[in-house]
Formats: sequence, structure tokens, C-alpha cells
Amino acid sequence: MSAAQANPALGVVPSHAIRLAGVAKTFGDVPVFSGIDLTINTGEAVAIIGSNGTGKSTLLRALNGLNPIDAGSVEVLGASVHALKGDALRRLRARIGFVFQKHFLVSRLCALSNVIHGMQARRSGPQVWAQWCAPAAAREEALACLQRVGLADKAMQRVDSLSGGQSQRVAIARMLMQRPEIILADEPAASLDPRAGDEVMELLFHLSREAGRTLVFVSHDMEHAVRYSDRIIGLSGGGIALDISATEARPQELTGFFAKPAAETADRPRAVYSGAAAA
Amino acid sequence: MNVSAPPRFERPGAVGFTLFVAAAAFIIWSFQNSGLSLEHLERGFPAIIRVLGRMFPPDITDIDRILWSLLTTFQMAIAGVVLGLILSLPIAILAADGLSPHPVVKQAARGLIALFRTVPDLVWALIFVITVGLGSPAGILTIMVDTIGFAGRFFATAMEETDKGSREALASIGATRSGIVFSSVIPDAMPSFIATSLFCVEKAVRSSVVLGLVGAGGIGVELKVAFDLFEYDVAATIIILIFILVVCVEQAGEWMRRRVM
Repeated sequence: MSAAQANPALGVVPSHAIRLAGVAKTFGDVPVFSGIDLTINTGEAVAIIGSNGTGKSTLLRALNGLNPIDAGSVEVLGASVHALKGDALRRLRARIGFVFQKHFLVSRLCALSNVIHGMQARRSGPQVWAQWCAPAAAREEALACLQRVGLADKAMQRVDSLSGGQSQRVAIARMLMQRPEIILADEPAASLDPRAGDEVMELLFHLSREAGRTLVFVSHDMEHAVRYSDRIIGLSGGGIALDISATEARPQELTGFFAKPAAETADRPRAVYSGAAAA
Repeated sequence: MNVSAPPRFERPGAVGFTLFVAAAAFIIWSFQNSGLSLEHLERGFPAIIRVLGRMFPPDITDIDRILWSLLTTFQMAIAGVVLGLILSLPIAILAADGLSPHPVVKQAARGLIALFRTVPDLVWALIFVITVGLGSPAGILTIMVDTIGFAGRFFATAMEETDKGSREALASIGATRSGIVFSSVIPDAMPSFIATSLFCVEKAVRSSVVLGLVGAGGIGVELKVAFDLFEYDVAATIIILIFILVVCVEQAGEWMRRRVM
């Protein structure tokens, strides 16, 4: 049974968190994808799968403006991401948590300082640069975030002395400190061993579920895609070639999706996803 | 199949060969033009022996005054370096790729650093002696400018080489430019900053010794007076103490660099 099945809260929030219309991206002369139309509902957990080079990460990074797009529109939390600049873009990004494949922490600082950096979504200035100059309330909240990921005892440890799994959990705690409404994760378990990878995915899934946050993650692990999402989007042949409920999917079938030539998967009739509640 | 061995050296092209011949000719011309000859060495060597003979044993009767002057010189170096390092950081941020707010600002900051670096410290000392007068203040300002020229460039390079990932992560949170610089870039570049700062202290201590020769304060004045009065034994004491100070600073710097890196 998938975790999505276990959660009855899905499908009750009808409004969309993310809407893409006609999105296209080209690197030089090489088209990555085009005509991407996609709507993701608030509180939905979506896995994006696809072979290397199909533009999964590019698409994910376009959702908070880290990557530009060449055509179409990306609307997140009611804002047109690529029309925003400066402070307006920063304010939108503050509402979107992003977990990278590598933790991207400041390696010479302790875990607590790195988590406090998440507060830069809400305020600026020296008080959010490091734990030693942070106000007591910020330190307490950061410690609570570390406790949430099971690393409160490592608060004062430099992150370059932590394991890969622990570092990724600190990155998740930093994201929690941000208090995001949407969580984006780009292969968050890819550089971890299977057990640490499962723990990180489990954590991300539960953090999104407990607060009704939307979760969109890229994964090459079909078990993760099935277990930690409501819906699976497959990219191939420059577009969305697969859009199915996670409860209908079998990891073996999804693995077969990768094995097929791009042209074949692109021609595959796209299943119409009718929402997790229908699953 | 027979495979012929590749040539040990590539045959130079016409341009490369011409440049090589031109460079060799310029080096030979440089020796001729500078007037250095064996005759100079023959004449100079006995003179060096004679001066060295008059330097030993060193005269330590006035060592208290020399030590005090050496301490003042060291303090002048430290004050100049601290001022220079404080000013280097903002200038380096403005000069660094990816951190500078505008290309024009970046070029201006880089131009300033290049100016401070390329004009020799003795020239800056002369300028400051004329503008602020004889003594330590001119020396401090000289060391400050020299430090900005050196540290500004290395600080900027160190910041450009920091982890782009943690910067991107903070940008994705919605952090401000200053937030990214102070939360990620500076902590990442800190070992390099400390190593550069220690080099600056060493450089400043060496530099502060000679600034006195043009009146910019420090023990250089004592050294010049000793030579002018042919008190080579006093000069020997000053040179030995300068040597000990510079070696101690270098050793301390090396020890601290090893701990930080």
C-alpha cells in the first residue's frame, strides 16, 4: 500500500498550487521540452520521473525561477514566477522550500547556523547570518527544526563532519525553518545509501503531509516514486509522456518506462490524472 | 605494425622561433645595458668583506632604544594591516564576479585594487610623507594601501571560488545579496582570508622596515642614520633584530595557517 493511499487528507483541497501552460526550454539549439501543461493541486505529492536529459531538474528549478524558461507560463501560489524580479521574486521563493540533490549547506558552519539561514526567507540582517548572533527565539525554532529531523544533538557540530544522510536532513531542517508552503526536491536521495535515502524521502513525505504542503520531487528511484507520491509524471521525448496516480503504478512498470525509446514513450497515450481522491 | 616514436620536442613555428630569439637577444642586451661586469664584482667583493668586518661584533650599547623602535615599527605594520584588511573586504566584494552589484562597479573596484597593487610601496610612502608629513602615520597609510592591493585581489578570488551550491540554496530561500555574502561566501572563504591576512602581516612587517628610509616612520630611520654615520656595528644590531622579528612573524604565520587550513 502506498503512503498516498494511507493518507485520507488528499484531494480535499481543490485549488492548485502550481500551474504550467505551454512551458518550453531549450539549451542552445537542443530543445529539452516544449508544450508542458501541468496543474498540481495544493497538498498533492508529485514525483517526476524520466531518463537523464529529459529536463526533470530543469522543470523543477523553473518552478521557483532558478532556471529561466523560453516560452509558456509558470504560475506558483498564484504568482507568475518568470514575470517576477528582485524583491517580488525573493518573496515568492521564501514560500517555496527547495531540497537539492547535494545538501548545499555552508560546510564550515554548524548545523544550527545552517538551519537559522532558513529564516532568511522572512527577515534579513546579521541576526540570521549565524547562530551566535541570532535571537533566542530563532535559535529555539531552529533547534526544534533539527529535533524534527532527529538531529538536535548535532546542533553545534560542523556540517562537514556529518554523514551524507545527516547533512541532507540538516538541509531539510533549513527548509522547514523557511516555513514553506510548497516543497520542491531534486533527487534528494540520489547521493545517499538506500537506507538514508528512504529515511530522507520518508521525512520529506511526512513533513509535506502533516502541514498539507504540496510536494514535488524528482527521482530515479521508482520505489520512492510510488511510495511517496500521489501522482507520477514521466518526462520523455520533450514532453509529459506519463501522468498517472501512484496507486495505479507498479515500480516494475515504471522501470520499463525508462527502457523504452523516447519516441515510443512520447507516443504513448497519456493517462488523464483525475486527482488522488479518485485513486 | 611498426609505430615510429614521436619526436621528443615539437618543432617550433616561425612565430615561436622569432619570439624566442627576440627574448634571448633582449636578455643579453639587458645585461649589457645594466653595466654589470666582472670588474664590478672583483672591486665590490673586497668592499663587502670590509663592511662586514666592521659590522662585527654588533654594537648593542643602545639596544633598548633599537628594540623600542622595532616594537613601534611592528605596531605600525599591525595598524596598517588591520586598516587595510577592514577596507579590503568591501572592496573585494565589489570586485568579485557574481557578488558585485554592477559590472561598472566591479571594474572600478578592480581598477582601484590594481592601482594600489602596482604602484610600489615606497612610492606610496613618498606620496604620504608629502601629504601627511614625516613619521608613522605615513607608514600606516602606506601599509594600508599596500594591504588593500594585495588582500583585495586575493579576497575577491577566494570569494569567487567558494561553493556555488550553498549560494544557490540561499538564493532559492529568498535570501538577500548581503545575506548570501555574509552567511555563505565569507564563512566559506574564511580559511583563505586568514591565510591571506597572515601573509599581509608578514609582508607589512618587511615593508615597514624600509619605509623609514623615505621618512615614513619605523626602524628604517635608525638603519639609515647608522649607515650614514658609518656605524656599521649599530647597523648590524638593527639588521639582526629585524631578521629575528621577520622570521618570528613568518614562523607564527606558518603555524597559524597550518591550524586554520
